[in-house]
Amino acid sequence: MKLLRSGRRTSKVPLSGITPVDLADEASAGLFARPGRMVLTVSGTVIGIAALVATLGLARTTGNRILGRFDELAATEIIITTKAAGDGSTQEWLPWDAPARMERLNGVVAAGDLTYVDTNGALISTSPISDPSHQTEFDLPVQAASPDLFRAVRAKLSTGRFFDRGNSLRADRVAVLGSGAALRLGITTVNQMPALRIGDDLFLIVGILDSVGRFPDLMGAIIIPEGTARADYQIASPETVVVETQIGAASLVAKQAPLALRPDNIAALKVASPPEPKRVRDAVANDLNALFLLLGGVSLVVGAIGIANVTLVSVIERTSEIGLRRAIGATRFHIALQFLLESTAMGLLGGIIGASLGSVVVVGVSALRGWTPVLDPLTPLLAPVGGAVIGLLSGTYPAWRATRMEPVAALRTQG
Amino acid sequence: MPDASHAVVALEGVGRVYPTDPPVNALVDVDLSIAAGDWMAVEGPSGSGKSTLLNVVGCLDSPTSGTYWFEGIDVSDLTDRERTGLRSRRIGFVFQSFHLLRYRTVLENVMMAEVYRRHSRGGRKERALAALDRVGLTPRSDFLPMHLSGGEQQRVAIARALLGSPGLLLADEPTGNLDSATSARILDLFDGLHGEGLTIVMITHDPEVARRAHRRIHLRDGRLEEVR
Repeated sequence: MKLLRSGRRTSKVPLSGITPVDLADEASAGLFARPGRMVLTVSGTVIGIAALVATLGLARTTGNRILGRFDELAATEIIITTKAAGDGSTQEWLPWDAPARMERLNGVVAAGDLTYVDTNGALISTSPISDPSHQTEFDLPVQAASPDLFRAVRAKLSTGRFFDRGNSLRADRVAVLGSGAALRLGITTVNQMPALRIGDDLFLIVGILDSVGRFPDLMGAIIIPEGTARADYQIASPETVVVETQIGAASLVAKQAPLALRPDNIAALKVASPPEPKRVRDAVANDLNALFLLLGGVSLVVGAIGIANVTLVSVIERTSEIGLRRAIGATRFHIALQFLLESTAMGLLGGIIGASLGSVVVVGVSALRGWTPVLDPLTPLLAPVGGAVIGLLSGTYPAWRATRMEPVAALRTQG
Repeated sequence: MPDASHAVVALEGVGRVYPTDPPVNALVDVDLSIAAGDWMAVEGPSGSGKSTLLNVVGCLDSPTSGTYWFEGIDVSDLTDRERTGLRSRRIGFVFQSFHLLRYRTVLENVMMAEVYRRHSRGGRKERALAALDRVGLTPRSDFLPMHLSGGEQQRVAIARALLGSPGLLLADEPTGNLDSATSARILDLFDGLHGEGLTIVMITHDPEVARRAHRRIHLRDGRLEEVR
């Protein structure tokens, strides 16, 4: 008998078991049996995770935002001048073909030069007759510009045209008026080919400016071609080179500019380029952040207790189901596994929804405030894992309670 | 001595003592042999040890003394896990309160019988439909249990118990929640299953119900007596 028994003992008794697919199926069926309750249970974790993700994301976002508003105009502007010559050295000059040299550089959109013209005190007038009852002569600044300057300063015309390369090469006596200068001189249109006199020299007015993006002083000035200024007023060298670059190219172009313009003496030039955008890199030591993190933590604890509570209620409610499962072959381990899986899935779901909501909050607040949303990629990835861990931990006690149930007693309950 | 190698169930001097204070002798020196194809009723008033016998025979509980062979395997020698495996594959349970899962269809409830057998899912639906066909409930396979009558619910539970052709159908007061007409139809079903060669053990306190079985035993204070 003993022999027979041990023989039977070692002959295989098929063990019960559950395939992962079936386990997942049973757990999800358990979860979705009461979808409304599941949603309520998960909401605590959702709020907690969302608060944490949003707080971390906003802290990151505010920490990375660019101080002040991004100024596209300033960020694409380079102004090159000769160093103020204190010693009267003749070394400090800019070449006349500076705009052409600059335009050959990659990243330059437009370049022009601008020079103040000393008219030796000549006054500007549009009328050859001195009218004692009105002021007919004005003291207005005269600037000489290369034709491309208008593009470089983003000038717009209200009427007429800009002077061109031909005007400059031929030293034509033409002028473009700033709108302020035109107002003072009483010029509103160029249809009748009005002229003005600088001292005794007559200039044809070809255009009137409406606006400029840079160098607002130009609005009050008479602008004449640089070729004309060289011929008539003997200016020796351009004073200023204005360059418009593509966005992001400014610092590179600024570095290359002295070499392009004065390869013989790069120290002779002063290049003004936009400053690097400044970022606030303050730590997360902010009181408000700490408060929100605390709030998120508290919601998570509340969420965890919620999951634990509901899972426990569910274990008690499903006593008869547990008994049945034990009868048809579930071991205590299988029962625990199913309840742990259900609570972990709830935590995971809460984590995923919470991470999504938190990210939406970060993006939404950033959009409202005009910030660039910044989120550590690990945050939304780790949040669901955190949710799952919370679910797992909260499910531990209910699952243990479920394994303690005796199938016999559990089966006697009405089910 | 019972013939351990041929009987489906063989109990030899089985006792079960619950270690309460004072100890309760729920089963005392029970000898019982159930052959393949038996259709047996276990009767007895409440407290007579019926449930304990059910638990022992159903491998849900171990005897404290004596030996129990199920299909020639000494169950008292098995670990809890091995007993669970045996129960899962070889014993079909039918309960007084049906124990169907409320949120699953009839078909899903029947299919659940295979979940803990580490079977692949292939063919499970067909097997469950075949079991439902045996109890005559194929047209109800997509219903939820709450839309079925009590008798129909019990037939679903029987179909679940039949899945995987168990060696023993163990029914605990299967008609306890049913009216007499419905009870009669469930017992007719048992008759039919018995005719197909299934071994059935039914526990009941109702002599009217027990009369339908071909063999009756009586439990009184944990002791067994055969009713002739």
